[in-house]
Amino acid sequence: MGFFEKIFSSHWGVHPDDHKRPAADVPVLRLPVPPRLFVPLAQHVGAAARPRVVVGQKVLKGECLAEAQGNISAPIHAPTSGTILAIDEITAPHPSGLPLLAVSIAPDGDDRWFDCQGLGDPFAESPQAIAKRVADAGVVGLGGATFPSSVKLALGLRSGIDTLIVNGSECEPYLSCDDRLMRDKALSIVNGVRVMLHSSGAKQALVGIEDNKPEAIAAMREAAKPYGEVKICPVPARYPMGSDRQLILELTGREVPSDARAADVGVIVHNVGTANAVYDAIYRGRPLISRLITLNGGAMGAPGNYEVLIGTTVADVVAYAGGFKGDPARLIMGGPMMGTVLPHARVPVVKGTAGILAFSAAEVAEQEARNCIRCGSCIKACPMGLMPLEMAANIRAEKLDGAEKLGLADCIACGCCAYVCPSNIPLVQYFSYAKGALSAQTRAQLRQEATKKLALSRQERLDRENREKVEAAARRKAERAAQAAKASESAPAEAKAAVKEAVNEAVKEAVKEGASA
Amino acid sequence: MSLNTATLPAPAVAPHVSGAGSVTRTMLIVQAALLPATLYGFWLYGWPAIFLFLLTVGACVFFEFFCLRLAGKAPAAHLLDGSAVLTGWLLALTLPPWAPWWVAVVGGLLAIVFGKHVFGGIGQNPFNPAMVARVALLVSFPIPMTLWVAPLPITAANAPGILEGLRIMLGSLPIPDAVSSATLLGHAKTELSRGVDLLHSLGAAHGPMLSLIGERSGSLGETAAWLILGGGLAMLFLGVISWHIPLAMLAGIALPAAIGHAGNPARYLDVGSHLLSGGVMLGAFFIATDYVTSPSTAPGKLIFGFGCGFLTYVIRTWGGYPEGVAFAVLLMNTLTPVIDRFTMPRILGRDRRGQPLSIKS
Repeated sequence: MGFFEKIFSSHWGVHPDDHKRPAADVPVLRLPVPPRLFVPLAQHVGAAARPRVVVGQKVLKGECLAEAQGNISAPIHAPTSGTILAIDEITAPHPSGLPLLAVSIAPDGDDRWFDCQGLGDPFAESPQAIAKRVADAGVVGLGGATFPSSVKLALGLRSGIDTLIVNGSECEPYLSCDDRLMRDKALSIVNGVRVMLHSSGAKQALVGIEDNKPEAIAAMREAAKPYGEVKICPVPARYPMGSDRQLILELTGREVPSDARAADVGVIVHNVGTANAVYDAIYRGRPLISRLITLNGGAMGAPGNYEVLIGTTVADVVAYAGGFKGDPARLIMGGPMMGTVLPHARVPVVKGTAGILAFSAAEVAEQEARNCIRCGSCIKACPMGLMPLEMAANIRAEKLDGAEKLGLADCIACGCCAYVCPSNIPLVQYFSYAKGALSAQTRAQLRQEATKKLALSRQERLDRENREKVEAAARRKAERAAQAAKASESAPAEAKAAVKEAVNEAVKEAVKEGASA
Repeated sequence: MSLNTATLPAPAVAPHVSGAGSVTRTMLIVQAALLPATLYGFWLYGWPAIFLFLLTVGACVFFEFFCLRLAGKAPAAHLLDGSAVLTGWLLALTLPPWAPWWVAVVGGLLAIVFGKHVFGGIGQNPFNPAMVARVALLVSFPIPMTLWVAPLPITAANAPGILEGLRIMLGSLPIPDAVSSATLLGHAKTELSRGVDLLHSLGAAHGPMLSLIGERSGSLGETAAWLILGGGLAMLFLGVISWHIPLAMLAGIALPAAIGHAGNPARYLDVGSHLLSGGVMLGAFFIATDYVTSPSTAPGKLIFGFGCGFLTYVIRTWGGYPEGVAFAVLLMNTLTPVIDRFTMPRILGRDRRGQPLSIKS
């Protein structure tokens, strides 16, 4: 970083009111087993899991319901013991409300675990064996990206990384599940981190925690004390500190090239929740079947953190936690900066759910978008160094190429620009639209090219066949002529030559005809 | 208990919280920052100035309303953003305080219709509307636009009363000759062109101190440099503007002025006179910093501000007009898109030319 960049671009990001307390200070409550569980088959990045249970089958808690399918995928496990009721479509926890395949379970109330075996000494195992166990336990990135964790561990090992970054920054306002987890389960997290170090081949782990969580920092420092390789690093509270490129830069000073992955600069990033899930998978042999989620927002009856079985509906979670306070104007899954609006509360909690926010009407006071006045706030806020106002101007004019040249592909959709915009322009929506339209364009172009190629090769084949047919006919004609010549033995040599010429001519003519046909 | 779907807005997208002020808030802060200098101008030039100010702002609001109606936008909601009031306010502050009524009305027309709405309204104009109006007026009507009056505080015995003030503005009462005066820059320029050097033309009476207090002839709201500076600093403190443009603009004037004055004090005015006279302070803090017409990146703002200052100095020193802030700002406005293009921030993970960084191993 040069002198000018130090002066000019040190102000990325925004400082929203974090609203983390009092919810973060309320002790964790464990939700009882709900009357029904809906466990979606696609809760991760990559291919959906393939069911291996049948309707009516009895399953134990932790038993595999569906197995990973393909290189990037993750299995799904039964959150409690019970009977498989159905494997069919439910509403996805997504604004679209599109259907999603899920395994429905009627719990038997026993909550009986299957026979799970933890490893006594994971460090005696090979890194690959650890990654395999992590994969089998269905552990995915719990920070929200839900990328299969084992794939990342293996990638780290292959790339020869030196540093494992553990993301405990939890920069989204309102959410405090990672904070709570670090306070309550610091030892598990640190041990999970050590196992991940072993499995990824990294030499050190840097745990980045925003400095607005002093209790978590203290707990983690205490737990990591015996292990020199696990360093707790407080980072300034600033959104989006938890974005991997920003956190990597903050903790290691390394900048990930825009066309590369973190592993290319010797780093992988895992969430603290993932570290805890890895601990459970390795030391206790337990798959990922529950997680800590934050309930918060002005319309939430009892804000706090709750341990919830994957597949519990939002309605059940909220009902247990004291219901809504008044009518929520908006129900959000995830944080307020990047979270998605839920169509209704009858959708399940999935592995990537960090929180459920019920916003009162006052909290979502929406305002009409006005013209951009080019104040430049969005440029100052953008953590990627983009010019959101220029990109949006291009997109408004349907100049998607222009937006692409300005770095649209580098946008991480963190929402900082829209957050600071005094004209309330929904900038993130502009960018999502443009990204979607551009990828549709690319797909259409590829399809068009493929079609063109097929048509061309068909024409080529037809031409060739025609040519061959004509040539064969000409050959036959020539042969007949030759035979006729042979029959008249007495014919002199000149006549023979004349016949040969006639044959050649006939072939040429026929070929020409065939070509023009 | 159940989710009230009736209140669910249709496409609700992240982020679900907002930390922004609003355009209205920004405009109100700017207006509040202008208030001290404006009130001082009212006191200094009396009732004619007050009426001129009200008429200019009124004209701008009227034309804004008219254009919004023509464009089919809801006038009430857009008028409330306060931008038309601010444009009128800034224009009024740069007018000669006893200018006649039609200057205000034509100024409002030029600023709002020709400076802003022909381009598509707020945020779309390439030039600062107030400066478009000021320059067009100055070029078209040079006599009323350079008729300066000596300070005659509203409390003075011979100051025009309310009725007289109204009549002066409406043009039915001629301005007494004794009241008219020249600005420091105008005086210096005239005398220089007559071959009288600065050492002789500017007696001991002149000096930055006088300008600093502001009790001198000049535009309605430009004389009290320190009140404008105070308002500008308040805006800086509140984060409405950044320091880049004002500082660069003042430097753009001060540097050449210091060099010139050190070389030949008889020909070139000193730094203090340059900084504290004319529209420099108002220009640096309130006009060049207009979001719409200035670059949006920090390095771009420095270039833009310095250009505004330097061009002002060039026009003042070698140009045909004694004052050049408005011309300089308009000229630099034309460069804004180019400056923005060449000062784009570096994208994280890419080099300055937009290529992905290479992996260092």
